[in-house]
Amino acid sequence: MTDKSGTMLYLNGVSVSFDGFKALNHLSIIVHPGEMLAIIGPNGAGKTTMMDIITGKTRPDDGEVYFDGRTDLTKLDEAQIANLGIGRKFQKPTVFESHTIWDNLVLALKKPRGVFAALLYSPTAEDEARIEEILDTVRLTSRKHELAADLSHGQKQWLEIGMLLAQDPKLLLVDEPVAGMTDAETVETAKLLKQIATTRSVVVVEHDMSFVRELGTRVTCLAEGSVLAEGSLDQVSANPIVIERYLGR
Amino acid sequence: MITQMLFRALDKKAIWLVVALVFIAVAIPVANLVIPEGNPLHLPNYMVPLLGKYLNYALLALALDLVWGYCGILSLGHAAFFALGAYAMGMYLMRQIGARGVYANPVLPDFMVFLNYKDLPWFWHGFDLWWFAFLMVLFVPGLLAFAFGWFAFRSRVTGVYLSIITQAMTYALLLAFFRNDLGLGGNNGLTDFKDILGFNVQAATTRAALFAASALALALAVIICSAIVNSKLGKVMVAVRDAESRTRFLGWRPENVKLFAFVVSAVLAGIAGALYTPQVGIINPGEFDPANSIEAVIWVAVGGRGTLIGPIIGAVLVNAGKSVFTGAFPDFWLYCLGGLFIFVTLFMPKGIVGLFQKFRPRKGKEASSAAEAGEDPSTLPQPKPVPEPAE
Repeated sequence: MTDKSGTMLYLNGVSVSFDGFKALNHLSIIVHPGEMLAIIGPNGAGKTTMMDIITGKTRPDDGEVYFDGRTDLTKLDEAQIANLGIGRKFQKPTVFESHTIWDNLVLALKKPRGVFAALLYSPTAEDEARIEEILDTVRLTSRKHELAADLSHGQKQWLEIGMLLAQDPKLLLVDEPVAGMTDAETVETAKLLKQIATTRSVVVVEHDMSFVRELGTRVTCLAEGSVLAEGSLDQVSANPIVIERYLGR
Repeated sequence: MITQMLFRALDKKAIWLVVALVFIAVAIPVANLVIPEGNPLHLPNYMVPLLGKYLNYALLALALDLVWGYCGILSLGHAAFFALGAYAMGMYLMRQIGARGVYANPVLPDFMVFLNYKDLPWFWHGFDLWWFAFLMVLFVPGLLAFAFGWFAFRSRVTGVYLSIITQAMTYALLLAFFRNDLGLGGNNGLTDFKDILGFNVQAATTRAALFAASALALALAVIICSAIVNSKLGKVMVAVRDAESRTRFLGWRPENVKLFAFVVSAVLAGIAGALYTPQVGIINPGEFDPANSIEAVIWVAVGGRGTLIGPIIGAVLVNAGKSVFTGAFPDFWLYCLGGLFIFVTLFMPKGIVGLFQKFRPRKGKEASSAAEAGEDPSTLPQPKPVPEPAE
């Protein structure tokens, strides 16, 4: 593979197996700064495992994982990786349900993460303005003082995207962002992610083909833990192997 | 920053609680010492240390609630920190006896003379100084909590496994403190105290002062806990309780958050123990009994965990109930306690405070704390995840 300098995310020959099941098999993926990559693939292709490896939840058995062309992610834990500037939205929306929407964003906002820094923290006008701005972006302004538990599934997805924005990451890993959303919400989410991708790198894992088409970005199809095909959505979906292994018919 | 923190700490509920505690810190001693006998408002002497004891238990319950109710750490060994604080105070009180002991040894406490000690063990030095002893009241429980929490939280021991090892910790200490060769009085513990800060421990005035100190210590702890839980750190604690792994992906370190809460909680429990010793007049290894720690969990559950007032109400009510029931039906108390815990768990999951909240519904329901972040069902046919240490 090419040189890792100048990349935002660099995976080279990454393998991991669980009890003999090879979840990832020499997976190699590159994401450049300010680029969006959509990842598609059948269940069990290793999409979520890949995100687990990038965010430090799972250690690879083999291979290189570099962030920003120089930081070896396999040596760091979840918190260190998050603080480097990698944000993750989970497949199942996971927000802090007993906190208000506002507090969820306060916890995500990029600020010192130390115990005493948090104890002595007082929100500045700038912080509050930033949170208001994010609330506006994810359309939750009117509900900011409600508990996150009371949001609908789609709204939780949006809150989680808002939390990602509050983290101000360089790289966003977004796992199935439109599951449980209406068509109109799906279109809005695609717009939002495209807008985010103008300044940051974004990796989106999604099953919804119309959503991936909406994103209009480079697509990688995974199967059985490695890359099956790469290119535009049209190229990938015209690929006979992809049709056989994933799209069917 | 500190003033801002204090300002935040004193939300309405905390203010009322602090005011109420300061009021009883004055009212109870007045009712005992100033109001003459025969007046219906007079409080008999025996009641003062009894009520003081309830407040010490309330402080232990508040400390436990800080880690359990707010941070999700169900410690089944919190009485150990209480007992360590109590022993530190007991050692100070023993050194104050001086030559007035049965064996009239000016340096060695009676039990050491009895066990043929020639010199004072090294760790007894300094305990004749009140300031040193008071520092140890804070330091010893805090250090144990730090060491324990450092290893447990770093290796990501959570849930029932953590509860079991906290229980093992207090049981190990129970066995250790029963040994005569530990140099802390063995089975009999420390007792026969005479003076505290130069005042007679038995005197009504000293007892009233100790009661006031207990109430004020509890008020101070309410302010400290309120400052913590109302800060951003408090919100992180609740986030760790509800969805620990999610907080990691936001860049927080749950192990450090838990360690902080655990150490603060242990220190508060130690203070409670230190105030307990002079009021009950004895400290023995029985205080390390695992059952004591579990009882403290019941107080918190009955009162309402995750609130500041809940554990205080729970501790006072359950212990008042204990005083009444063990007098009236001594054989039935343990059944009552067990039944109470089952009842509360089944029908009052948010305790007494939860009942009041039900009658005064607020905007937005309380959230379920079941959300487990990061445990997303993978798109994989779910092979076993990489083993997380000791999960």
